[in-house]
Amino acid sequence: MSKCIWQDRHGQNPGTVNTGKSEITNMSEQIEQAVELEEALERKYEAGFHSEIEADTFESGLDESVIRRLSEIKGEPEWMLEWRLKAYRSWLEMEEPDWAHVDYPKIDYQSISYYSAPKSMKDKPKSLDEVDPELLRTYEKLGIPLHEQEMLAGVAVDAVFDSVSVVTTFREKLEEAGVIFCPISEAVHKYPELVKKYMGSVVPRTDNYFAALNSAVFTDGSFVYIPKGVRCPMELSTYFRINEQNTGQFERTLIVADEGSHVSYLEGCTAPQRDENQLHAAVVELVAMDDAKIKYSTVQNWYPGDENGKGGIYNFVTKRGICHTNAKISWTQVETGSAVTWKYPSCVLKGDNSVGEFYSVALTRGRQQADTGTKMIHLGKNTRSTIISKGISAGKSNNAYRGLVKMGPKADGARNFTECDSLLIGDTCGAHTFPYIESRNPSAIVEHEATTSKVSDEQLFLCKQRGLDTEKAVSMIVNGFCKEVFKELPMEFAVEAGKLLEISLEGSVG
Amino acid sequence: MLKVKNLHASVEDKAIIKGLNLEVNPGEVHAIMGPNGAGKSTLGYVLSGRDGYEVTDGDMTLNDANLLDMEVEERARAGMFLAFQYPVEIPGVSNMEFMKESVNAMREERGEDPLTAAEFLKKAKAACKQVQLPLDFLKRGVNEGFSGGEKKRNEIMQMILLEPSLCILDESDSGLDIDALQVVADGVNSQRDGKRSFIVVTHYQRLLDYIKPDFVHILADGEIVKSGDASLALEVEKHGYAFLGKKYEEAEA
Repeated sequence: MSKCIWQDRHGQNPGTVNTGKSEITNMSEQIEQAVELEEALERKYEAGFHSEIEADTFESGLDESVIRRLSEIKGEPEWMLEWRLKAYRSWLEMEEPDWAHVDYPKIDYQSISYYSAPKSMKDKPKSLDEVDPELLRTYEKLGIPLHEQEMLAGVAVDAVFDSVSVVTTFREKLEEAGVIFCPISEAVHKYPELVKKYMGSVVPRTDNYFAALNSAVFTDGSFVYIPKGVRCPMELSTYFRINEQNTGQFERTLIVADEGSHVSYLEGCTAPQRDENQLHAAVVELVAMDDAKIKYSTVQNWYPGDENGKGGIYNFVTKRGICHTNAKISWTQVETGSAVTWKYPSCVLKGDNSVGEFYSVALTRGRQQADTGTKMIHLGKNTRSTIISKGISAGKSNNAYRGLVKMGPKADGARNFTECDSLLIGDTCGAHTFPYIESRNPSAIVEHEATTSKVSDEQLFLCKQRGLDTEKAVSMIVNGFCKEVFKELPMEFAVEAGKLLEISLEGSVG
Repeated sequence: MLKVKNLHASVEDKAIIKGLNLEVNPGEVHAIMGPNGAGKSTLGYVLSGRDGYEVTDGDMTLNDANLLDMEVEERARAGMFLAFQYPVEIPGVSNMEFMKESVNAMREERGEDPLTAAEFLKKAKAACKQVQLPLDFLKRGVNEGFSGGEKKRNEIMQMILLEPSLCILDESDSGLDIDALQVVADGVNSQRDGKRSFIVVTHYQRLLDYIKPDFVHILADGEIVKSGDASLALEVEKHGYAFLGKKYEEAEA
């Protein structure tokens, strides 16, 4: 198990290798255009509704008794409680990291409630008629089919026969293949050996401040186990689980792909969450045994806050996978939401010939801040990794790529290729690149390419002269910029991601 | 069709067009020639409404609609097409999807149904062949990695697909060898149907051997100083712009 985290490795304030801060000349005729763009980019969060749902919610505050209570409500075995308490005690000793290129007020961890669950399924909307029409319009724009809309909106499935059949077929199909896909709280009871063996094996309890907090208080998440040699018969999606239990803001996902198995997992945060709290600290662990393949795709659209930077989710997520011999892990993420993002889906390439991939699109606008990237830790021989990162900044936002490529002493013949492109819209945003490369093996090859470009007024003029309005033009240019990443997403998700970008860029012009 | 009266326009507060008058009727081809810095490219940008090209005085109408009240895309949808001298690249956006969006924006304006992918592909293939570009240009990013000549031919392909009523060609001949020039000219000539009008902006007479103009205007220092028929272009070819006065004597024709 390799433990390699930013604050350990680089201290509090890592040196900048290459900063691509944009300084665009303020030509007078560009100002008008900038204003126009600004308007085009201004938009309301279409999913920021509030549901009046009666819930069991803990009073705010965190101490050991809160964790004991949480564990008790979930009926957890003793070992799970012990694990949580150990994580909590480590967390108390740790300090919140401040090296990321983000700025937010100090979080008061005692002002957060660490458990909230709706009292019963009956409190959920019974049909789409009871769901906020605004929300439905968003789904419609995203092109999500009706039965999925019902699930996303948390419509109680027992009232909707259509969805029941969907869920049932899906369950049966997975059971036939021997695939386990259930809430992690259920896995703790049903599959304690698997959970004990793998939970914390990739992201240890003490890995970092937010991972430690998550380990102490995680409320739920997904557990996936694919048996040896099995190709999971369908793409697994969190959509299918949301209606069963509202996942908390401290969710924990564990995916274990046994030898020679394949799985593609979709994490859709396009679903607006009911969570009132601001902090979202998730942990995702992937284990790819020999010859296994895991593809993990995320489309994240958490509430980004208003145009003045008020409100919004702090998305502090630890995602990491370990690859054994000949295994492959591929992370694809499209990030358009959250006020502050701190997220580095990583691969530990432990086994020889293993492969890690990271494809990312991060769009920031308004006052959003994103510090995201990946870590590729090459330990085995002939390990290979590819990083394609596309950052899009608009408004007054800041978008940073931070990536570590580490070649261990035994990583003979290892290779990495990194491409890191930034696109600026307007002239009040920032794009930054912090690549770190550590090579302890002379036969390893590391390549890094970086570009910064701007949606130019020439491009906009060409599009408009061909009859397209500003919004259409911007979204087309941005989609073109992201094409390399979108093609890595499963088909339906790619369409959704493209539309999500379009919606995110939608505004009042036209 | 196009009526321009006493047009004054400036860029960054510098007057470039100074009292220009021009009337283009349906089916006519007007050539605009002139020495460097006369305001030839500026005229194309002002007509199409590019940001930063400010009209300070005068009127311009297209089919009696006041162009000054219209955004760039509205003018385009009203039938105005500008073939760029230096078309810009849009990486990752295929020519095909770009053109399909454009064509359908025009169709929507005319109250027609959008073309399906198959219908569009058929038209696009034909246009692509007409300007002698390999079909894979439809899949490539807009102008991405195209040579100068390929970009110009790509512009003509777009013109063919969009079926505009007024085409402004901004030095579509610059940087072309004789074969490419022929292709561009053939593309333009194929679109002459007695209704569609053209403004051909060029520095050289050469292009006008292939695209026969009905009128030739000499633009100098922001004004049309002389107008005539095709023979005026030949005259310029022979004698240069010396007739414009002392300061143009050295100007290359």
